[in-house]
Amino acid sequence: MDLTKRAEPERDVLVSARGLEVHFPIRGSGFRRRPIGAVRAVDGVDLDVYRGETLGLVGESGCGKSTLGNALLRLVPPTGGRVTFDGIDVTALDRRRLRELRRRAGMVFQDPFASLDPRRTVAQTVSEPLEVHGLAGDRRERAARVGELLELVGLDPAVAGRYPHEFSGGQRQRVGIARALAGEPDFLVCDEAIASLDVSVQAQVLNLLRRLQRQLGLTLLFVSHDLSAVRHISDRIAVMYLGRIVEVGPAAAVAGDPQMPYTRALLSAVPVPHPELERSRQRVVLGGDVPSPAAVPSGCRFRTRCPDVFEPCPDVDPALQPVGSAPGHLAACHLHGVVGTPVAAEADGAADRPPRAATGSAAR
Amino acid sequence: MSEPVLEVEDLRVDLRTPRGTAHVVNGLSYTVGRGETVAVVGESGSGKSVSVLALLGLLPSRTATVTGRAALQGEDLLTMSKNRLREVRGPGVGMVFQDPMTSLNPVLTIGRQLAEAVRAHGESSKAAARERAVDLLREVGLPDPDRAVDRYPHQLSGGMRQRVIIAIALANSPALLIADEATTALDVTVQAQIIELVDRLQEDHGTGVVWITHDLGVVAGIADRVLVMYGGRCVEDGTVDDVLERPAHPYTRGLLGALPDLAEETGDGEVPDLATVPGVPPPPTDLPEGCVFWPRCPVRSDPRCETEQPPLDLVGGPLLTKGDGLPHRAATWCREGDDRWT
Amino acid sequence: MTGQPYPEPAASPTATEAGREPSLRPARPRWRETLGLLARNPTAAGAATVLVLVALVAVFDQQLAPEGPNEISVEDRLQPPSTEHWFGTDDLGRDVLSRIILGASVSLRVGFTAVGIALVVGTLIGLLAGYYGKWVDDVLMRFMDVIFAFPAVLLAIAVLAVRGPGPTNTAIAIAVVYVPIFARVTRASVLGVREEVYVRASRSVGASDLRLLTRHILPNAAPPIIVQTSISLAFAVLAEAALSFLGLGTQPPNPSWGLMLAEGRGYIELAWWIAFFPGMAIFLVVLCFNLLGDGLRDVLDPRQRTAMGGGR
Repeated sequence: MDLTKRAEPERDVLVSARGLEVHFPIRGSGFRRRPIGAVRAVDGVDLDVYRGETLGLVGESGCGKSTLGNALLRLVPPTGGRVTFDGIDVTALDRRRLRELRRRAGMVFQDPFASLDPRRTVAQTVSEPLEVHGLAGDRRERAARVGELLELVGLDPAVAGRYPHEFSGGQRQRVGIARALAGEPDFLVCDEAIASLDVSVQAQVLNLLRRLQRQLGLTLLFVSHDLSAVRHISDRIAVMYLGRIVEVGPAAAVAGDPQMPYTRALLSAVPVPHPELERSRQRVVLGGDVPSPAAVPSGCRFRTRCPDVFEPCPDVDPALQPVGSAPGHLAACHLHGVVGTPVAAEADGAADRPPRAATGSAAR
Repeated sequence: MSEPVLEVEDLRVDLRTPRGTAHVVNGLSYTVGRGETVAVVGESGSGKSVSVLALLGLLPSRTATVTGRAALQGEDLLTMSKNRLREVRGPGVGMVFQDPMTSLNPVLTIGRQLAEAVRAHGESSKAAARERAVDLLREVGLPDPDRAVDRYPHQLSGGMRQRVIIAIALANSPALLIADEATTALDVTVQAQIIELVDRLQEDHGTGVVWITHDLGVVAGIADRVLVMYGGRCVEDGTVDDVLERPAHPYTRGLLGALPDLAEETGDGEVPDLATVPGVPPPPTDLPEGCVFWPRCPVRSDPRCETEQPPLDLVGGPLLTKGDGLPHRAATWCREGDDRWT
Repeated sequence: MTGQPYPEPAASPTATEAGREPSLRPARPRWRETLGLLARNPTAAGAATVLVLVALVAVFDQQLAPEGPNEISVEDRLQPPSTEHWFGTDDLGRDVLSRIILGASVSLRVGFTAVGIALVVGTLIGLLAGYYGKWVDDVLMRFMDVIFAFPAVLLAIAVLAVRGPGPTNTAIAIAVVYVPIFARVTRASVLGVREEVYVRASRSVGASDLRLLTRHILPNAAPPIIVQTSISLAFAVLAEAALSFLGLGTQPPNPSWGLMLAEGRGYIELAWWIAFFPGMAIFLVVLCFNLLGDGLRDVLDPRQRTAMGGGR
């Protein structure tokens, strides 16, 4: 499988994951609490984030999307695979270079009521990255920079001396964004950054993120369960299911012409505020629940709920392959040809699995 | 139309807080007919949840003052005795709340909790109650109901738990089902399942449904009529098509404009920014005079906006097209450039 | 409307603040806010006032005491309270009031030293155990459990038996007993705070462990520790009394409330005042520390601050 022919024109990759795994041990109840299994939150993810783009990462709760976002920044230690940030191997950084990564990659968290230290003022919160990385010199310069940052996110710099409880959810989220931007990062992970906000406030924050992304040339990973928001803000979309990326491609292609049954079901389940459309819509209603990430089905992990399941699904673990008409549109589904690792082989070589053959730009 | 299941008239709720009296609900009126779904839409703090808690006497009586009338099949819930309310609530009204984990007792099996609901209102023998429990679980589409009755809540997924809660709510075939953000904590695929379930059960039993949500997409899928709340008032109501496709109140328009639309076809061009409603809702302790929305209103022009509260008026002419005779009303002074007003 | 990133109005900035230079300092220091809230709680404020008075008495004991602690006057022995000796005299004719005033500094010094040591050591252990978890936690906390498993008095007696009596050693003995309590309270609090999103957020911008511990975790984990401190002070005063009572703490003829209580015991039917007044002094101080602890518990609850209305 040579993908380079069909892949998009060469693009500059900022963040890249290869075979990334984050497994959390499940410990027994005995005295030594030996691991008796593992929750495979992220289980072999290959993903590239291109410089300057907004990549939307969608999936349902428990699919591992947040863990993936955290693992890319090494906020959760990966248990396998590799992450590179601007060519540097993130999984093998010493303390000093890890700190540099922390400056260059920021994170915006879901709950703006929990992500700000209640005992520190807005200014103290926003200036923390400046102090940690020794940016912006003395106290006066830092105060000026904090003012700039607050203005950048649409807050009045005069509120710098206030405590988080004096702000509304939307304003707090702006403070969280200002903190993430303080180190002048290249990469920003937004982990469900609008999920706890009211609809009208969500729109404000979405617009703000888009403006900042353009203005500062940021690369954005927008992790969310909200497909409409992801569709709105993203250049490309990656769909995650049970610890794997199952489909990825340009936003219009993934949302408009989904090639994997799971993506189709997900899209058809998103309610849209048009009654006429809602009534006439054909829903792909999935049976059952997402299997536990501690007991992942063999082969294709979606096969237990897939309406189109057929023979190879339990036996071959599907790899991402080019699908549809748009360049760079990949899906892991046997409906487009059986490509992937046979289950038996995978069980044998699970420890040191060879790099998967079919990945977007792995062949570069 | 037959006798309405629920008739709410001029419902007002005041809560005493350390910061003064909060006027959480300010004169809310609506009816729910048999087999009809009324969606109550609003952002946090709009009073939508409090308005239904007040109906069921679930607000702390020490701090809450509830006035108005709320008749469940002709009987006023607000004036009845506590004992009568308890009698009525179980068989008459089913409730489904947002968080499926905290609504179930973690130390009792699903079957016990269902059987309790069944036995509390009639069904006498233990065996019969259990059988009914299994039937109910089957009805809400829980796989393997015979075994599921003996499970504990934590052994089920969120979607399954919400099905159990719906089963409990429907245990006594209530005339009215109240769902408060019932699918908000669930994934979209599970949400779709639950919405289908409620739709089907409603068709089978003719239950009237009050569906409280902030999600206009869900509203489009489930509601017959919509009531938009802001600052404790109803600012717009009408059929789901009228309100969502032809919104008349600037707030409703703002909300809809703020929604990223999965259906919008953008091609490769630049996606426009979302419209936003600037600012934040007013605190219920300090509601503005005049129209509740004017401080955030992008189109305010009428001098009355800041001084006089606009009545809930009919939005006119071409909107009464569907021939169902259901009015479309909005409480706003804003009529400029809008020929739809009578 | 569309397309404009909308600057939200700030949380009602007042006229004075609107034009001010942005500053990194809080508008109002937190400790002043705490004091302000404490002043609104009459019980705690009263208790704090009494404790301040007691502390002043302990500091200026030499000036305040009408007589020396060991001025023996045989003809004045066992005098009931009178205008001359307000709290009466003991079996050696010493003025009870003077001895209580002079004993205050002994009792309080032992109490403060003991709790101070326990606070520092225990908090540090709890902080490390709670933050680092795993084997650090196992080792430190098992060690604490071992200390905790000994009966408190037995442990204190053992320490004093090894190091000999005296106020400093009494304080150390009491401290050893209290270290595990502080370690546990701190660890429990840290375990909760450690998982807070704002700690993760801080880590995500590159804050070091030291910074996380000192800037975020300790301040947010502090309220239960502060409350524990005030309650422990009460118990430490009692413990000093108990150890002196057993003859292991302060040695005669030095005055300490506990020792006076012990000495007065034999005369309780003949001269109740010898034991009664030291007992009341202990009771008053312990009560006040407890009330202050309760008050602090309320005041340090973040929701209280919201209720006070910083900005709204």
